Amino acid sequence: MSGPSTYEPKTAFTRWLDTRLPILRLANDTMTTFPTPRNLNFWYGFGAILTFMLAIQIVTGIVLAMHYVPNSTMAFDSVENIMRDVNYGWLLRYMHANGASFFFIAVYIHIFRNLYYGSYKAPREVLWILGVLIYVLMIVTAFMGYVLPWGQMSFWAATVITNLFSSFDQLSQLFNPHFKIGTTIAYWIWGDFGVSNATLNRFFSLHYLLPFVIAGVVGLHIWALHVPGNNNPLGIDVKGPQDTVPFHPYYTVKDSWILSMFVIVYALIVFYWPDLLGNPDNYTPANPLVTPPDIVPDWYLLPFYAMLRSIPQKLIGVLVLFGALITLVFVPWLDTSPVRSARFRPLYKIAFWVFLVDALLLGYLGSQPVDGTFFGTGISDVWLARLATFYYYAFFWALMPLLGWFETPKPLPATIATAVLGNKAAAE
Amino acid sequence: MRITLGVTLAAFLALSSAAVADTIRPADPPRTDVSWSFQDTVFGHYDRAQLQRGFQVYKEVCSACHSLNRIQFHNLDEAGGPGFTEDQAKAIAAGYKIPDEPNDTNRGQLFDSSGNRVTRAGTLADHFPAPFANEFAARAANNGALPPDLSLIVKARAGGPNYVFSILTGFAKAPPNFKVLPNKYFNKYFDGGNISMPPPLTDGSVTFSDGSSNKIEDEAKDVVAFLQWASEPKMEQRKEMGLGVIIFLLVLSGLLYLSYRKIWHDKH
Amino acid sequence: MANSSSAEPTRRDFLYVATGAVAGVGAVLTAWPFIAQMNPTPSALALGSIEADLSSVQLGQQVVLTWRSHPLFVRRRTPKEIADARAVPVASLIDPIARNANLPDDAPATDENREIKPEWLVVVGVCTHLGCTPTFNEGDYGGWLCHCHGSQYDVAGRVRRGPAPQNLAVPPYTYLTPTRIKIG
Repeated sequence: MSGPSTYEPKTAFTRWLDTRLPILRLANDTMTTFPTPRNLNFWYGFGAILTFMLAIQIVTGIVLAMHYVPNSTMAFDSVENIMRDVNYGWLLRYMHANGASFFFIAVYIHIFRNLYYGSYKAPREVLWILGVLIYVLMIVTAFMGYVLPWGQMSFWAATVITNLFSSFDQLSQLFNPHFKIGTTIAYWIWGDFGVSNATLNRFFSLHYLLPFVIAGVVGLHIWALHVPGNNNPLGIDVKGPQDTVPFHPYYTVKDSWILSMFVIVYALIVFYWPDLLGNPDNYTPANPLVTPPDIVPDWYLLPFYAMLRSIPQKLIGVLVLFGALITLVFVPWLDTSPVRSARFRPLYKIAFWVFLVDALLLGYLGSQPVDGTFFGTGISDVWLARLATFYYYAFFWALMPLLGWFETPKPLPATIATAVLGNKAAAE
Repeated sequence: MRITLGVTLAAFLALSSAAVADTIRPADPPRTDVSWSFQDTVFGHYDRAQLQRGFQVYKEVCSACHSLNRIQFHNLDEAGGPGFTEDQAKAIAAGYKIPDEPNDTNRGQLFDSSGNRVTRAGTLADHFPAPFANEFAARAANNGALPPDLSLIVKARAGGPNYVFSILTGFAKAPPNFKVLPNKYFNKYFDGGNISMPPPLTDGSVTFSDGSSNKIEDEAKDVVAFLQWASEPKMEQRKEMGLGVIIFLLVLSGLLYLSYRKIWHDKH
Repeated sequence: MANSSSAEPTRRDFLYVATGAVAGVGAVLTAWPFIAQMNPTPSALALGSIEADLSSVQLGQQVVLTWRSHPLFVRRRTPKEIADARAVPVASLIDPIARNANLPDDAPATDENREIKPEWLVVVGVCTHLGCTPTFNEGDYGGWLCHCHGSQYDVAGRVRRGPAPQNLAVPPYTYLTPTRIKIG
């Protein structure tokens, strides 16, 4: 949908700049005149929200790094120094910690919107894959970030998750019983025989680096979006200029409004319930000799944690966990339906909502002790987690291909304009 | 064979029905019958007099075993806290003996001829000194148990101030069939039931100069409020700034919504 | 399609101006904590003043303290050193200004103007040339010698041989008791 540029520099300075570095032309073409479908709803604001949250995390992270010390004897104290002594340090720390949570809230809403409206389908497959890459980078960045305060949960969650690599021993030991590739990888990640100062220091270096890698991939992501242009809630292609509006001022202002409402919720948490999404155990300094009774990662990783723990065999559990993320890469080809948007796919719509409930259920189960039962019903949490993991895989590998073949979709509107404006648009 | 089996079975049944004492008891949920001046989400604040009383309880009772490492004496006169004046905070600091650092004056001699640590009077820049030199000394003096530092205790426990208050007031006679382990005490709210800390407070443990109640429940409330401040000295600034930020964002959000409606007026 | 919908760039609508202004104010207010966090913390400011006990310093010796991240020399001078310092004519000094924060900026560099009690000299131990720490009791004037570039100071901390341009700075200080001073 990006045709030839219509930018015309109006002043002598802008003409001079345009022939040397056409940055104003780029801004004009991508953010001002860019034709965007006129029917984008509230859920389409989350791309802008994500960009904003990435900026917040980077800026708060850089100033926090002026005071944080990535050494195991000083890390916890340096964070408390930020909270108590650094001017506005408490604000910066709470913004950064809760910023990670809100970054994930936004990314989950963004992902589910794309699943609902079929935004991953041709010709947007690479756009989707870049998005999956960003999501995986976010998970790695957040995981390493959580280790940095060096609290009990920082240390023990890091221990549990990095220990997973040692399960790969079973694979290499099939060939040579003395070759333990998993343990070798784990030692390499740790830089020691277990999570220690060496691990903390390198996690800090990488935690500082990866957000800039994410920013680069986000650039590719937006570029890949601008080639075909945005999808829209109807899932049908833009047919002409009556279907679109210029990005500025229509979506600059609409996105700003949606963003401001998101920021109100973010500010409520930062200022009034800053520890709600955290874990009290992380206010106790890390002690390698004392394991807390319940080890849990931060909430946004809980669904994967539930999948991992539902499989008693360690290696299979790890493969199910990684497989869940790798599955996402194949989604553009798993879904065989010629219709994009779930608005016109009655069966897929049901499968989608069940999937949403399934994801929330997995998240809840990840927070519970392994031997629990579901709200006193007597159903064991582990079996529920297995069922929920099964549905996760079934949604992508069975329902997406099968529904595409067998479902009868509802009839699609002729154009976006007719759907939005009624038949008077046809007269334009 | 059958007789042996029968005797074994009978013995097993006899033993399992005998009074085998529990040493593990799930904790009662924390008390909810207490309210705090700081609990209100928007307008919660610290009661200065209560924080000063709580500090007195910490100083006279708790500091014998528990350190408060992260608090510096100059925090005592900062906004949002117990509200001592700078001179009062200096006087409090000067009353403490701080282990001296090596410097040109003591020429690096940190111990005197009797083997005691050389000390100096505290200043505003100093942290509260710990009762024990290190973890091992602390454990040796407390039957192997380590009294935790209290600077973050309220944030480090699920249930927060209600939990700490429950622990301080939850010492009781052990229920029948519960075995209190050696050097431990029964506490209703502690996970497992056997806590290493002896009951620290009773009615009249501390005498307040303003005549405030020194019943155990009130002493506990005051010290928990003080410990809440120690965990969260910036709470009042946080809530005040939050009010301004939310109001500002509501105004901005409203203006953006009106702009959105105006711009999109004839596009819908 | 109604033409009035396209926003003409020359229209200045009050609503848009107000929205932009509020957003701008918000951006400035948001930036403030990020700038303020680099300022010295209350703990650093609490170390802005220190106290020193003078009774442990021996006659003719000095003690080095740390004040605001710099070395501070507290020197106990012998009667001969005091007399020698007072005998030096101010006009012969490289720097005739007292550089004493307790006195006006133009006070002359007499020995009397360099301390409160003659026995005790308190100066910031930072060479006024390029900031090295001078060594005690070296040089030709009985005071200090800076090994970096050869500046020499006398027993009143005044520069007697360059390249240092100024006398060692005397910080603001007061006597709390006859043997205890508070600096800063």
